[in-house]
Amino acid sequence: MTSIEARGLRKVFGTTVALDGIDLRIDEGRIVGLIGPNGAGKTTALNAILGLISCDGELRVVGRDPWSERDLLMHDVCFIADVAVLPRWITVAQLLDYVAGVHPKFNRPKAEAFLAKTDIKRKSKVRELSKGMVTQLHLAVVMAIDAKLLVLDEPTLGLDILYRKQFYDSLLTDYIDGGRTIIIATHQVEEVEHVLTDLIFIDHGRVVFDTSMEDVEARYLEVMVHPNNVAAARALHPIQERQVFGRSILMFDSADRAQLATLGDVRTPSVADLFVAVMGKQGGAA
Amino acid sequence: MQRFYWTIRRELWENRSITIAPLAGAAVFLVAFMIRLPFLPANVRAAAHLDAMAQRAAFSGWYDGVAGLMMLLVMVVATFYCLDTLYGERRDRSILFWKSLPVSDATSVVAKSVIPLFIVPIIAYIVATAAQLIMAILSSAVLGAAGLNVNLFWQQLAFPRMSLLLFYHLITVHSLWIAPIYGWFLIVSAWSRRAPFVWAFVPPIALLFLEKFAFGTTYLRDLLASRFTGAGMDSIPVSGTMPTHPLTHLTPLRFFTSTSFFVGIAIFVLCVVVAARLRRQRGPI
Repeated sequence: MTSIEARGLRKVFGTTVALDGIDLRIDEGRIVGLIGPNGAGKTTALNAILGLISCDGELRVVGRDPWSERDLLMHDVCFIADVAVLPRWITVAQLLDYVAGVHPKFNRPKAEAFLAKTDIKRKSKVRELSKGMVTQLHLAVVMAIDAKLLVLDEPTLGLDILYRKQFYDSLLTDYIDGGRTIIIATHQVEEVEHVLTDLIFIDHGRVVFDTSMEDVEARYLEVMVHPNNVAAARALHPIQERQVFGRSILMFDSADRAQLATLGDVRTPSVADLFVAVMGKQGGAA
Repeated sequence: MQRFYWTIRRELWENRSITIAPLAGAAVFLVAFMIRLPFLPANVRAAAHLDAMAQRAAFSGWYDGVAGLMMLLVMVVATFYCLDTLYGERRDRSILFWKSLPVSDATSVVAKSVIPLFIVPIIAYIVATAAQLIMAILSSAVLGAAGLNVNLFWQQLAFPRMSLLLFYHLITVHSLWIAPIYGWFLIVSAWSRRAPFVWAFVPPIALLFLEKFAFGTTYLRDLLASRFTGAGMDSIPVSGTMPTHPLTHLTPLRFFTSTSFFVGIAIFVLCVVVAARLRRQRGPI
């Protein structure tokens, strides 16, 4: 089943075109990394998916129109938009009471069990918790909601490395079950790339790259070329070349792995390197 | 309905001044009352030869005082609440959390509009009545100890009637009549990017001066003053007394059938609809 389907999504703020005709299709159960430079339109796209802003074009999220059916949509969609949006005056117990009161799919014992593993006390107010604990609390609430789609927009921004790692570990072990769709927008790609099933790069309000991780592994190869093979490697039309410690690393799209292996060490590029290569090509074309 | 209930509870958790302000006001008032309590028998004795209204006036000032204080607090608390509620959630970005839950903007804003309209006056009423009851019981003990007629005191105080009048006055004048003003505050709160207090008060005051200097009339001033004080709308008071004086003549039929009452409610409903639409479109500041 399709979780998100967008066709020709457009959003203009004043004279700025935030979304310039986005076409997307995300199937149920995928874990999608939404990656793009600052101001590329990631947050606008997510806000449209969450029904927080209206847009031109066609958009269906878990079978609903997000703008006109936002409150119904939120039965099946959860999001952590940015860090620290929990109200600072609320206590942990009140937060659980409130969510349990308004959300039919909230499993309170599950949230309590998750919180029991942390140092968060029931009587604490959010303002008394550290930034990392607030994120843990928000995650505890969200993971206890049986949603079809989870949207995370820079969920670990400003957290130390221990909390960041814990965040994704919790998500992996307790949440991902194959049926739920997750979209993660982040700049810290290296932390999520082992979780992802799909990659979407977005720039200047357009989707510039939309591929599954299997395809990435099948198509893109990176070779650390022996110095005397550089000329031969360049002849195979690499999409990108960079220097690391005096060695040339060349990236290829749809090249023959056996042929590349004769030139040097072959591996799958990291998402970050792929992003730079794809974006560089875009910049060159423009 | 359940979402509505929890959203109201959430507002009370966040805005504790709704209960704390009347409680604190009543507490301070009770302390002052107890300091003056020993002088009560002398005052009642001195008034014994006067007419019934003057006899009552020997002690009724305290009860009017509590009632008046609560009316003032209702206006202050409700005004602060209305102006902050839709602005504050955008400023601290918590609106993104509230919007991640399956509660519609309409439910949220209607719950928020019920707070100044009913919750604030009802809480103030309960606190006022409790304070008045404590005062009356302490008074009867002191009067009884001084050998004065306690029955006459309760008769003149007319507690149930006084309490009913306070309730009626709070719900009519300080809620339904002033509602369009609260509606305007909710719109300002949902719309302004900064300084909602300035936006709430400066434009109406500017218009008021404009009218005065351009046309030499004061329609707007009279209209706003009437909405704030509600003078004579809900009842015919005995001149020079509070609307809680037992002889005050209730006129609910006149109040609830007047065109201006319906116009006010219609404006309020329209304001709530506009505020809900604004909340839907506005993100964090």
